[in-house]
Amino acid sequence: MDFISILSIFVMACFVGYYVVWSVTPALHTPLMAVTNAISSVIIVGALIASAAAGSPSAKWLGLIAVALASVNIFGGFAVTARMLAMYKKKER
Amino acid sequence: MEHAAPPAWVMLAYLISGVFFILALRGLSSPATSQRGNRFGMAGMLIAVVTTLVTHEVASLPEILGAIAIGGGIGWVIARRIAMTDMPQLVAAFHSLVGMAAVLVAAAAFLNPVAFGITGADGLINPVSRVEMGLGIAIGAITFSGSVIAFLKLAGKMSGAPILLPLRHLINLTTLAAIVGLVGYFTIDQSPWIFWTITGLSFLIGFLLIIPIGGADMPVVVSMLNSYSGWAAAAMGFTLHNTAMIITGALVGSSGAILSYIMCKAMNRSFISVIAGGFGAEAAASGGEAKEQRPWKRGSAEDAAYMMQQAESVIIVPGYGMAVAQAQHVLREMADVLKKQGVKVKYAIHPVAGRMPGHMNVLLAEASVPYDEVFELEDINSEFAQADVAFIIGANDVVNPAAKTDKTSPIYGMPVFDVDKAKTVFFVKRSMGGVGYAGVDNDVFYMDQTMMLLADAKKMCEDIVKALQH
Repeated sequence: MDFISILSIFVMACFVGYYVVWSVTPALHTPLMAVTNAISSVIIVGALIASAAAGSPSAKWLGLIAVALASVNIFGGFAVTARMLAMYKKKER
Repeated sequence: MEHAAPPAWVMLAYLISGVFFILALRGLSSPATSQRGNRFGMAGMLIAVVTTLVTHEVASLPEILGAIAIGGGIGWVIARRIAMTDMPQLVAAFHSLVGMAAVLVAAAAFLNPVAFGITGADGLINPVSRVEMGLGIAIGAITFSGSVIAFLKLAGKMSGAPILLPLRHLINLTTLAAIVGLVGYFTIDQSPWIFWTITGLSFLIGFLLIIPIGGADMPVVVSMLNSYSGWAAAAMGFTLHNTAMIITGALVGSSGAILSYIMCKAMNRSFISVIAGGFGAEAAASGGEAKEQRPWKRGSAEDAAYMMQQAESVIIVPGYGMAVAQAQHVLREMADVLKKQGVKVKYAIHPVAGRMPGHMNVLLAEASVPYDEVFELEDINSEFAQADVAFIIGANDVVNPAAKTDKTSPIYGMPVFDVDKAKTVFFVKRSMGGVGYAGVDNDVFYMDQTMMLLADAKKMCEDIVKALQH
């Protein structure tokens, strides 16, 4: 992919993000932060590439630490979001 | 080596993963759809991870699985055990991990650029990739050190008071300029010292940027760092030409930016003034002059119980003090007793109540308060005029009428609850001494219809429940 196609995806995604986030109800702003935290750990993709590659042992170890850190976030972020969301209940009638 | 285009299905898989992340956020538009949204998020992450592993030659699968198991296990245990009141510092801690992961990935890419396919024919790293890497590591490092400070402040391991260095604006701007200049120079010369200097300066600036910001401005800071962690992921997505990372980075970046904007607006402060820091320090210094003592009334739990039983409608305004006292459960119990006796009870939540956006909503949800009894500022503010009782627990600045009337007040222009229009006001507060974060006196204390309930919030609610059941 050339730089311009990537930039296009990025700019479009910013607009999507803008409209999607404004539609989030304020009551769920804390879960929003927790889940954005979890998904920004998609940076694990870069960490996996670094740790999977042969060639540089130092890069591999940096990658492995990054994999572990991102995993804390992924599992922790999604689990804590799920825990919070399960608490939001409607009035019993 | 130019980027060899990956097979179409791989690009498609990352795109689907990105779309699932959009759906994860979309689900949060209502509590009813939010849990499904969260599952979309998990599915998106699984797709991204599996796609990466099957499309690369993996020389070290056991180590990678080990790292995921260790990290995942720690994350899972923390997520199970954490108290809901500690959510702001948990989120700050998680942000720091994203920042650190971005730094490590950028460093690994610098050390082993061939693995990332970012080298040109001459064996050097492509200049565009160098800019992306430089930005990625800078934003990642700022996110890390900034979040660590935010965590320490939120967890009370460091004073929440702003720490003001002399010449801090000059130091900060010089450091930022140096980082930008070095990222530019990095495109010409890819010497390691430039890369590591950018890294070091970025860690430093993240630290310097957050120490002057006080405790109650933390909602803005946490949102801002949320945004940064997104931009860091996006920058690395550019380096790796990875759609999932770019879409996610843009989503998270916008999300944090919008939350910061909402928080700033709810305090009527500009983003710049929050980032410049020092709020609270100046007000506390000027608040030292002798004030005239004004008369106020002290109420008891029995008074509160009696008045609320007689009331037709009660509006509860919770604030950070409720979280500190862990009073949300007994508060809900109090509301339950009142509802059984036919009183209408509603909760009113200010956007900046607590230490992060939506903090109070989570605590009330934890205490099993139905979310349709909880209202936002603009939806409920007109109802105070008809309310018989406004019950303020652990909030202060968000009910201060000075924000509407006193142009000299530091909180002037901030949207506040019109609790002064309610027939009776109960104000739960530890003592008459503390005057909120902004350091401003509150006229509500001295109104004829106000009774101060001076006690620990949890203890007071327990006493009111006892009095109600008599």
